Amino acid sequence: MNEMDWQAFALSLRLATVTTAILLVIAVPLAALLALGRGRWLAALEALATLPMVLPPTVLGFFLLVLLGPRTAVGRGISALLGHPLAFSFSGLVVGSVIYSLPFALQPLVAGFSSVDSALVDAARLLGAGPVRLVTSILLPLARRSLLAAVVLSFLHTIGEFGVVLMLGGDIPGSTRTLSIVLYNQVENFDYAAANRTAAILLGMSVLALALIYSKTQRRGSAREQP
Amino acid sequence: MLEFSLDARRGSFHLEVECAFASDWTVVFGPSGSGKSTLLRLLAGLDFSGPGHPTCGRIALDKRALTDTETGLHLAPGRRHTALVAQQPALFPHLSVAANVAYGLPFLDRMERIEVIESALELVGAKGLSSRRPQDLSGGEAQRVALARALAPAPRLLLLDEPFSALDGRASDALLERLQLWLRENHVQAVMATHDATDALATSAEVLLLREGRQAALGPAAEVLAAERERIALRLKNS
Repeated sequence: MNEMDWQAFALSLRLATVTTAILLVIAVPLAALLALGRGRWLAALEALATLPMVLPPTVLGFFLLVLLGPRTAVGRGISALLGHPLAFSFSGLVVGSVIYSLPFALQPLVAGFSSVDSALVDAARLLGAGPVRLVTSILLPLARRSLLAAVVLSFLHTIGEFGVVLMLGGDIPGSTRTLSIVLYNQVENFDYAAANRTAAILLGMSVLALALIYSKTQRRGSAREQP
Repeated sequence: MLEFSLDARRGSFHLEVECAFASDWTVVFGPSGSGKSTLLRLLAGLDFSGPGHPTCGRIALDKRALTDTETGLHLAPGRRHTALVAQQPALFPHLSVAANVAYGLPFLDRMERIEVIESALELVGAKGLSSRRPQDLSGGEAQRVALARALAPAPRLLLLDEPFSALDGRASDALLERLQLWLRENHVQAVMATHDATDALATSAEVLLLREGRQAALGPAAEVLAAERERIALRLKNS
């Protein structure tokens, strides 16, 4: 890999790390609300949060490009606040990645929290646990394998994203050129040897991460979250 | 004194009860499906609202309203000074016995917390279990620990939903005797749900007889459960 490729690799890692950290802050409370809350509006909220999973990435990227660009009040407001537009910047990529990968962080957590015995949740509430303590002391420890799955899936999904990155970030070296864009450029230039190396890195990361998830979930024989 | 007037629907089941428990130990007696557990969960502040759970009514403890649907008042389960011990102990599996008992004591300092944990475990006869994990306990031990966890924060109302089902008769009677003494000393009102008439008759309790979600009788055990007592006596005679 040349210096530019390493730069893209480092940028992809930075983008995936920042996105995963932000996603955890958003997805953990949202998943707790969806798993434990009541009300028909929660179904609408879950559908909205899951939408990026079925929406073509280029469509999502296009919507975000328009929304964050100078043609909308939101885009102009953000430009005035930050001093630069979000589109075609690393911050813009983070916004796009968070939205795009939200379902991949949310779904394992909702499934994990829902599998926690409701009698344990009731017991904690009767003993005075508020929502924050309930999540941190009961739901997260008992659904820790779901938390790991959420972290790994969010990270890998961000590493591998292409459509949103290209639409929203373009191909600016050091700022928005990620490893997936490098791979696309290498193929476009018929540099298959380099493309093979880049693809092997992305494949290796995916296999490693999935092996990590499955080794953790199968360690105790069954994949149950609690006895 | 615990006073309540409740009207709750759970699918086809309808609970409609209006009562005042003056005694410090009341037994809610009735067959399975008569609404005992539903009543206790409502008194604890659980399952009060939500789709498919229409509930209205009022619950007051010592004249202080805990729930009043007319005024929109509903104190959260952890703010009612009410503890509920169910048949399923529901101990937190990732915490030790001591940490389970300490869960309701986050505001005590370490020394006070240790003192409360030790005395609660001693009261229920589970003193040597503090470092064990819930999965290493027998059913009876887990029920003792669940009771200790409920008593540790010093509730003013203790709700017991067949909490000693995994204990043998002698152990259950001994624990019940110690518990009643402790409750009297600490001015804690208790309500125990059971479908076992011997449990209800074992204590000189006030008994609420529930049938299909309705109050069939309320009064001293000897009066309300006279028919049950005769049935048990006849069974013993014939055996």
